[in-house]
Amino acid sequence: MISDRFCKMLLMLIPLLLLAGCMTTHDRLLDMDTSQVQLRSIQSRAFDTTDKEKTMRAIIATLQDLGFMLDRADYTLGVVAASKARADVMQAPGSLRVTVTVRPRGEKQLLVRANAEYMRAPVTEPKPYQNFFNSLEKAMFLEAHQVD
Amino acid sequence: MDMSRTLRIRALLLPSLLLLAGCAAVTLDKDLNLTPEMFAQRQIQTRRFDTTDEQKILKTCAALLQDTGFNIDESETKLGILTASKERDATDPAQWAVFIVGSFFGVAIPPDKDQIMKAFVTTRPVGDSGNQVAVRVVFERIVFDTDNRIKKIEALSDPKIYQSFFEKLSKAVFLEAHDI
Repeated sequence: MISDRFCKMLLMLIPLLLLAGCMTTHDRLLDMDTSQVQLRSIQSRAFDTTDKEKTMRAIIATLQDLGFMLDRADYTLGVVAASKARADVMQAPGSLRVTVTVRPRGEKQLLVRANAEYMRAPVTEPKPYQNFFNSLEKAMFLEAHQVD
Repeated sequence: MDMSRTLRIRALLLPSLLLLAGCAAVTLDKDLNLTPEMFAQRQIQTRRFDTTDEQKILKTCAALLQDTGFNIDESETKLGILTASKERDATDPAQWAVFIVGSFFGVAIPPDKDQIMKAFVTTRPVGDSGNQVAVRVVFERIVFDTDNRIKKIEALSDPKIYQSFFEKLSKAVFLEAHDI
């Protein structure tokens, strides 16, 4: 027979588990594990142009070159969202989602920010973003400036 | 006893290793970097038309996709983009034969059932004075098996598909399609 004490412990465990669940959702929703300032600098570049249309077209062309499929694009908001997924019988699906936003930075520049998600986790390392902006530079014929 | 246990563990390890290798299908180092293969794809998927009317080309693309059974998902004329998709049957009799034979030996791979086909079109003015419009189309498909699981996501890279798309497009706009 199961002792009373064991039953009580089991009952206590359930709310604890529920609580733990709440915390992880909260953490995931606001993703506070990396310093926001640092991440913003990794994900952003400034371009010496004010031509929003040309910049957005270059972003879309770059994503298409990289084999992404477009999910959403809005000129007014300056947002482009795209994703790339591949799977095979022998391969589990791998997926990469990117959202790129364009907004003015001062009088003479545009700020491009990219957010990537890989296999359901945020991408926080600098290298993938560097690669993306290198590809974008070629399509823009402009240099991407690091911003703080 | 110990030997058989290690063997069993090894047998379990193998499929998980295969799955791990599969995760490399889309990777962070590879898929945000332009490779020569990607440029080769661009060549196949792009044509130029002698016109200044980008909107007309985009409209014709929309009509052509509709004619071929696609539904438009997203469009933004100002940026020259259009995405469309259609759901179709993906049943392959050969796969069913393999499935039936395989199930006798206990190694049944569920056969393909449905597929979602996607198209992504972009247009942009090109040339020194913007007197040409470049059109690029990319096709992709997602295949589901009889258990309704994703079995395959692949880019359709057969040049013939793109040739026939552009042939239809040039007929529809009464313009000749040039290679880039």
